[in-house]
Amino acid sequence: MTVDEVVSVPDLRGHFGKFGGRFVPEALMAALDELDEAFRKASVDPGFIKQLRELQVNYTGRPSPITEAKRFSQHAGGATILLKREDLNHTGSHKINNVLGQGLLTQRMGKTRVIAETGAGQHGVATATVAALLGLECVVYMGEEDTKRQALNVARMKLLGATVVPVTIGSRTLKDAINEAMRDWVANVETTHYMLGTVAGPAPFPEMVRDFHRIIGDESREQMLSRYGRLPDVVAACVGGGSNAIGIFTAFIPDASVRLLGLEAGGEGIETGRHASTIVGGAVGVLHGARSYIMQDDDGQTIESHSISAGLDYPSVGPEHAYLADIGRAEYRSVTDVEAMNAFKLLCETEGIIPAIETAHALAGAIEIGKELGEGAIILINLSGRGDKDVETAAKYFGMNL
Amino acid sequence: MSSLHDAFARAKSENRAALIAYLPAGYPSEDGAVECIAAMVEGGVDIVEIGFPYSDPVMDGPTIQDAVNISLEGGTKSATVINTVKRVSELGVPALVMSYWNPIERYGVDAFAADFHAAGGVGVITPDLTPEEAEDWITSTNSNDVDRVFLVALSSSDERIAKVANATTGFIYAGAVMGVTGARTSVSDAIEGLVAKVRRHSDLPVAVGLGVSTPEQAHEIAQYADGVIVGSAFVTAIKNDGPAGAKALAQALSQGLSR
Repeated sequence: MTVDEVVSVPDLRGHFGKFGGRFVPEALMAALDELDEAFRKASVDPGFIKQLRELQVNYTGRPSPITEAKRFSQHAGGATILLKREDLNHTGSHKINNVLGQGLLTQRMGKTRVIAETGAGQHGVATATVAALLGLECVVYMGEEDTKRQALNVARMKLLGATVVPVTIGSRTLKDAINEAMRDWVANVETTHYMLGTVAGPAPFPEMVRDFHRIIGDESREQMLSRYGRLPDVVAACVGGGSNAIGIFTAFIPDASVRLLGLEAGGEGIETGRHASTIVGGAVGVLHGARSYIMQDDDGQTIESHSISAGLDYPSVGPEHAYLADIGRAEYRSVTDVEAMNAFKLLCETEGIIPAIETAHALAGAIEIGKELGEGAIILINLSGRGDKDVETAAKYFGMNL
Repeated sequence: MSSLHDAFARAKSENRAALIAYLPAGYPSEDGAVECIAAMVEGGVDIVEIGFPYSDPVMDGPTIQDAVNISLEGGTKSATVINTVKRVSELGVPALVMSYWNPIERYGVDAFAADFHAAGGVGVITPDLTPEEAEDWITSTNSNDVDRVFLVALSSSDERIAKVANATTGFIYAGAVMGVTGARTSVSDAIEGLVAKVRRHSDLPVAVGLGVSTPEQAHEIAQYADGVIVGSAFVTAIKNDGPAGAKALAQALSQGLSR
């Protein structure tokens, strides 16, 4: 496998090796074809590129800086930990990158309504934000369990004019929110664009969402070269569906010297079965329109995932991650709830940055790999989101009286 | 020619559409499902679609979602589905399975086709598998003499209809509404046009389903399609009145099938 071959995925039908593809009802095929065409035309249209760029700079606040986490690094074997500050984007996470792109595409397709699924609420907030900005009707599906865990984000979406629909079937988390969004889409596809929030789902979503997020890695690579005169030894990010990780990985994939590390949610531990580590602890299957690693039983029924982090609590993973794992270009590890919360607290107290609990999984991974590599190593972490939404969960976890 | 072909031919010779009924395996229980299906067949159902219960049924509305949950909570496994196919085939009615793709892939594509055929099953409907992703499935169904039914939708282009028609055997499933399963007060006027388009690409029987629940709708569809597919309405009838409800609905729908 040469580097060029890795870079050229997916194929024309959205396959990353044996992963990806389109496993959807026939009723959605026309909409996916339409989206694919709109995306390909826009990708090479200078007008679209300029419009998106303008929003990235003047609305999101790009480029996001890289912060050297000096005090945090002391707990990571002396390796230098750098944070790509996607938490400083407008709306507080990397999710805005994708929804700006898809929002503009929605307009180009002449559609007036967007729907989205959300777990932690970050993608829901980002979608509601862009819908408000562009004057689109917005409905967000969110598992009832998650509306409780992430009440602040529910309020934000409502303030932004979106309708939040609590999903009360199945495990009442992200997977069920996606099911409901797909049901809505099948019924309303003529007027509605499904603004899928991660690099999963049927083609062209994994490729399109990746391309809207690759700016994270493109910027990082330039910032590394201009500030440090070298590339990092490791680029690490948390992986649920995997959008922030693909976003920061993509620019570095051709750089063979750069290790790519994805940190999956280990929940209570892989051995307990209560986790969301699909690559580390799952098996190949088809869920939500794509073939990837999924959590399933012997009969092909989806097993409910578990994580303290709503945004990583998902029983599948983007097909490109499955592919990168299979060909050995990226490595995936599992981080438990406890390890993530320890890293969460450590970043708060050493750097004055409250990260999202999702992101805390990447920080825990950084501590581990930092200790393995020791002094002199540079580890670049995608600080994918800020933790305001998690304050209540964290306070409860640490037994604080509010 | 298969018993599926015979069932459509018999309906045609009687100048009516065939009645195709759906019920998830294991609903309301493994034995209960077979009992209800036997009652449907007594009431006039020509072809039976056995649903393979799945945890993430994105094409199904609340009625079938609930039935599937009850089935899964009752312990339905892949083996239950195959066993149900066997028992329904023994009733002398063509048995199909309708399954989302992952349970089949997990079972093993070739193993499923072989075991399904050995159980007496005639065909498999795969609502989230399109011909583009079906290479292995086409090989396995061909070598195990199993019909494979793909769907066309109101949104399908002529090009896609041709592709689906080309890959399908048994009959072509035309979705009557854009949306999930579940009773509707009316089906789209556009469905007649879709059936006509399909006929330009295929000589296979065309059956219409999604949202169809009443004898009046069945009658309307019977004027231009070869089969009428009813699912959620049977689930509701069984929920309310068990096998007697299933039989009564089958009888009522049968009255509507004449041309």
